[in-house]
Amino acid sequence: MTSAELATLAQREREKQQTFRCRLLCCASTPCLSSGGIGVQKELEAGIKEHALDATVAVIATGCMGPCSRGPVVTVQEQGQPDVIYEAVTPELAERILTKHVLQGQPLHAQTLPAEMPFLAKQQKIVLANSGLIDPERIEEYVARAGYQALDKALQEMTPEEVCDTIVRSGLRGRGGAGYPTGLKWNLVRKAVGDKKYVVANGDEGDPGAYMDRALMESDPHRVLEGMAIAGYAVGADQGFVYVRGEYPIAAQRLEKAIRAAERRGLLGSRILDSNFNFRIDVRIGAGAFVCGEETALMQSIMGRRGQPVTRPPYPAQSGLWGKPTLINNVETYGNIAPIVAQGAEWFAAIGTAQSKGTKIFALAGKVANTGLIEVPMGITLREIVFDIGGGIPNGLTFKAAQTGGPSGGCIPATYLDTLMDYESLKTLGSIMGSGGLIVMDDQSCMVDVAKFFMEFCADESCGKCVPCRAGTVQMHRILERVTNGSATLADLETLRDLCALVRDTSLCGLGQSAPNPVLSTLHYFFDEYEAHIQERRCPAGICTFNEVPVWELAERLRQPVAAS
Amino acid sequence: MPERPTTRPRPTPGNTATPLAQRGPAARPAPPAQHPSSDNRFKLIDRTLKRFQYQQDALIEVLHTAQEAFGFLADDLLLYIARQLKLPPSWVYGVATFYHFFSLKPQGEHSCIVCMGTACYVKQAAEILAALCKAHGIEAGQTTPDRRLSVNTARCLGSCGLAPVLVLDGETVGRATPHSALAQVQTLLATVKTEAAAMPQPITESEL
Repeated sequence: MTSAELATLAQREREKQQTFRCRLLCCASTPCLSSGGIGVQKELEAGIKEHALDATVAVIATGCMGPCSRGPVVTVQEQGQPDVIYEAVTPELAERILTKHVLQGQPLHAQTLPAEMPFLAKQQKIVLANSGLIDPERIEEYVARAGYQALDKALQEMTPEEVCDTIVRSGLRGRGGAGYPTGLKWNLVRKAVGDKKYVVANGDEGDPGAYMDRALMESDPHRVLEGMAIAGYAVGADQGFVYVRGEYPIAAQRLEKAIRAAERRGLLGSRILDSNFNFRIDVRIGAGAFVCGEETALMQSIMGRRGQPVTRPPYPAQSGLWGKPTLINNVETYGNIAPIVAQGAEWFAAIGTAQSKGTKIFALAGKVANTGLIEVPMGITLREIVFDIGGGIPNGLTFKAAQTGGPSGGCIPATYLDTLMDYESLKTLGSIMGSGGLIVMDDQSCMVDVAKFFMEFCADESCGKCVPCRAGTVQMHRILERVTNGSATLADLETLRDLCALVRDTSLCGLGQSAPNPVLSTLHYFFDEYEAHIQERRCPAGICTFNEVPVWELAERLRQPVAAS
Repeated sequence: MPERPTTRPRPTPGNTATPLAQRGPAARPAPPAQHPSSDNRFKLIDRTLKRFQYQQDALIEVLHTAQEAFGFLADDLLLYIARQLKLPPSWVYGVATFYHFFSLKPQGEHSCIVCMGTACYVKQAAEILAALCKAHGIEAGQTTPDRRLSVNTARCLGSCGLAPVLVLDGETVGRATPHSALAQVQTLLATVKTEAAAMPQPITESEL
């Protein structure tokens, strides 16, 4: 396919879409499907047949629209009218949408989400711009929304150096958690010497409570593929891998389908867009190991081995997959590439804060009224996310903490609600941006219990290669277990702090180095809860039950006469 | 518009760093037309092996196929894969036991997975799990003695908006409570899987 043919394809698809008076977009991502999205879509399709509207109304299964707790979601897109979003659509409501709204032009306002609602109005969609508006299984719809134009621009007008330079100037940082500048990484791989180079997209989103990557891969797979192809051109690679988590079968299927469609059109494969650039992408499916989100472990897993991290240096940029220079970025990072190349580094650098540019997708979940997927500019405050976008805490309870970054992150207490959400501010608070999971907790959550939950997770997911992580996480979990069952002493907390420092400083990979974060941040901000557990044998949230006593008290009890007990 | 022929299937690169070197068309015996056990499910495995051209790097993909076909990875199945890929059995066993997805024990007829991700945890998923385990007299990760039900936990199913989440025989159920979960599992156990549905579909020649 040439550039001209790409433009024709886009034009033809746009004209085809114009022939429909009205498009009904049904969310077909996992949360909406599990709340009955399929039934709604079938009902709409049957209704259209019944009313003989085939030529003027189209039903399209799209990716995630964001308000997951209000699913199934249906958007009615009428020509010349603003989009109307319906929430909690049932087959009966679908029938009424068709007869009232589509046929008679009377929107059912009781069931719609108002456009000025902060959940929708406060978002700024760059990565998720197409998500929820296009059918992820049709490449034409992506092309019609300027898809693959950025790849075309990069191939025809830019040299690899210029592409890398654009990414450097945009200030884009890795969206996987650590926030390493993406452009620097690209330049490292570009300058690395090697006859063969690889590009890897990390879609092993293991953080519990985070599902941004799943949504992106399911809703707009071509965006990820285009970003990877541009990366391949920029660093001189001809083979890419998308590593998808085993728990996300729909994402893997849609990516496979998207790769085949793009190869058929000559947008991937050999001689892409009539240039001399060849690039293939393969999907690799993970098998349920959290540690595979770590880059060196992920590469081991792609090579069919046990997903255990290896020491760095050498960094993947020098010696990655099969010993070749490898560029590895998060799926969401690749999602930012096409808009940056198409609209320029300056446009992107104008969004966000001085150090953190662009937008970030957060998966808002937990005890908050509106849960779902949100994309907001960097530097928004936590208060805006929780109380404006999230709609506050339900049932009249009070906000206690927000947990960011999953098992590698920390808990942010209510006093820091006005913190800006960017890499540096979160780090100062002892948390991390992480992949973007944001779990809101109210005063019914016990922070010691939460720390124990994450430590259990890390102990379970530790790959066992290095001792500090393998043994340290288990010991820390035991202490936390003792705190929550009433058998801990204040001296245990000192041991806990020491262990945290030890595990953080001596572990091999990011999993171990960041495993103490939830404990350290709760010890720092919620020390009174730890004290209440130990000294008063009382759980402020009423979660823990104290059915044990400290060992020294046990000895005391044994000395007492039996009759007394 | 001219459509280009795709080049799949194709080899994945990089045999050089594989644990055991020395492979080649001459060294490899032709895969048996019919597995000695005359079990057609082995043909599914052979198809994946062929798709990846017997590359040792494809071990995880082959294990995925094997688990899909057989439901779990029995010892002789692992040995078969090890022989086909010319890998030491210890290597295959090591990989199969490393990943949570692979099960070396047979699973129950019905499965119930309770999500224990953070969002589900703060919404009391632990209570649901405890109720299910208590009602069926098993621990998480176990199967009932009559092989009717397996109760497992998952790390996060990415449906946090619907927390707490259960997966019953592959179907995601959101906003569960201990009470609703028990009732749904009872309905699940009441439905008897037909023999045909439980077994993988027989493969036709055209598929191979």
